[in-house]
Amino acid sequence: MHERLLAVVDDFQSMTGNDRLQMLLEYADSLPELDPKFGENPELLERVEECQAPVFIAVEGTQEKVDLHFSAPREAPTTRGFASALNQALNGLSAKEILSVSDDFPTQLGLDELISPLRVRGMRGMLARIKRKTAELAGDN
Amino acid sequence: MSDKFAGYAHPQVLVTTQWLAENRQSVKVVESNEDILLYDTGHIPGAIKLDWHTELNDPVRRDYLDGEGFAALMQRKGISRDDTVVLYGDKSNWWACYAFWVFKLFGHEDVRLLDGGRAKWIAEERELTRELPNLPAGNYPVVERDDSVIRAFRDDVLKHAGSPIVDIRSFPEYTGERLHMPDYPNEGAARAGHIPSAKNVPWGKCVQEDGTFKPVEGLREVLLNETGFNEDQKFITYCRIGERSSLTWFALKYLIGVKDVRNYDGSWTEWGNLVGVPVVKGEEAGVLA
Repeated sequence: MHERLLAVVDDFQSMTGNDRLQMLLEYADSLPELDPKFGENPELLERVEECQAPVFIAVEGTQEKVDLHFSAPREAPTTRGFASALNQALNGLSAKEILSVSDDFPTQLGLDELISPLRVRGMRGMLARIKRKTAELAGDN
Repeated sequence: MSDKFAGYAHPQVLVTTQWLAENRQSVKVVESNEDILLYDTGHIPGAIKLDWHTELNDPVRRDYLDGEGFAALMQRKGISRDDTVVLYGDKSNWWACYAFWVFKLFGHEDVRLLDGGRAKWIAEERELTRELPNLPAGNYPVVERDDSVIRAFRDDVLKHAGSPIVDIRSFPEYTGERLHMPDYPNEGAARAGHIPSAKNVPWGKCVQEDGTFKPVEGLREVLLNETGFNEDQKFITYCRIGERSSLTWFALKYLIGVKDVRNYDGSWTEWGNLVGVPVVKGEEAGVLA
């Protein structure tokens, strides 16, 4: 596993119970603001339909360095926390590194028993879309 | 009492944000959200967090807590049997209604709902805090859960031919279109569609833009007039796992005053996976034989 992913897994796995949830809240609080260009061109973003909350992603950059963008409302901190965890783990990695991330990464954070299965599925959906769009990006270049 | 509340069959189970702001010290305020981190970002001062996923359910079986588990939970939360409990939450109170329903499975007498829930409290710029309440342990006896009056199981649904079934999911979920969109995971069901004879009244039809319930005339319009159902009949409500349908269950039972309403918490995640049960796809309600 890439060291960036390991660091995120370690953040969560070093905590138990409610502290692990608080870590997710810290992640939610630290999701960077969306680049204003997407506010003006929302069609550049793709909605993550697997999430009940309105979450949008965009994948840009090159094969060598993939830039990820996330938009998730503050009213949906769990989903926002997931987006932030994926951002911290994956943003700036190469396409090859992103495509090699296990689809099981969301479960490796150890949140399955603390939050509902539907939400974990939402995070899997986010990851699957990032990988699909990364594959498209790699194919285009 | 406002005109709106006066029209409801049991107005005492609903409180306004103003009432709660004035009375919150004398009741136990409990927040239950779909997003279980939302409480931690700020909540009504003194409110206790109740996590529907990890706290109301049995950790092993797909079922609710038993009597001992519920008593222990209440004691931990600082709630006593004779307390007035006021529930509120996100998403127009989906999970607050669900928690309300679970409190009633255990016969808790005085449970109320904050009309408009979390969103209305925030829209009115009322106080929020991240500070956790420090409540002394509650005094709660072990009361066995009673599933016979307000809870429906799959066999009850199969025997419900000729009586109203209300499917409160979105229209594409009702018709069965929803599970077949390409590349999207389904919602954990093997089959798409609805229970034969069920009428589709999406939950949102019961609430207004600010998240509060519609006045009783509006509720009667969507749940009775438009469905052709009659308030003297026996109702069953369902959705995906029983949470959104708790809101409609609440509206039917306490606001319209239907005497016999049960919530089928197995809902589509059970029915859509059951071997051999009838399913209808498309817009027609169909017939439950």
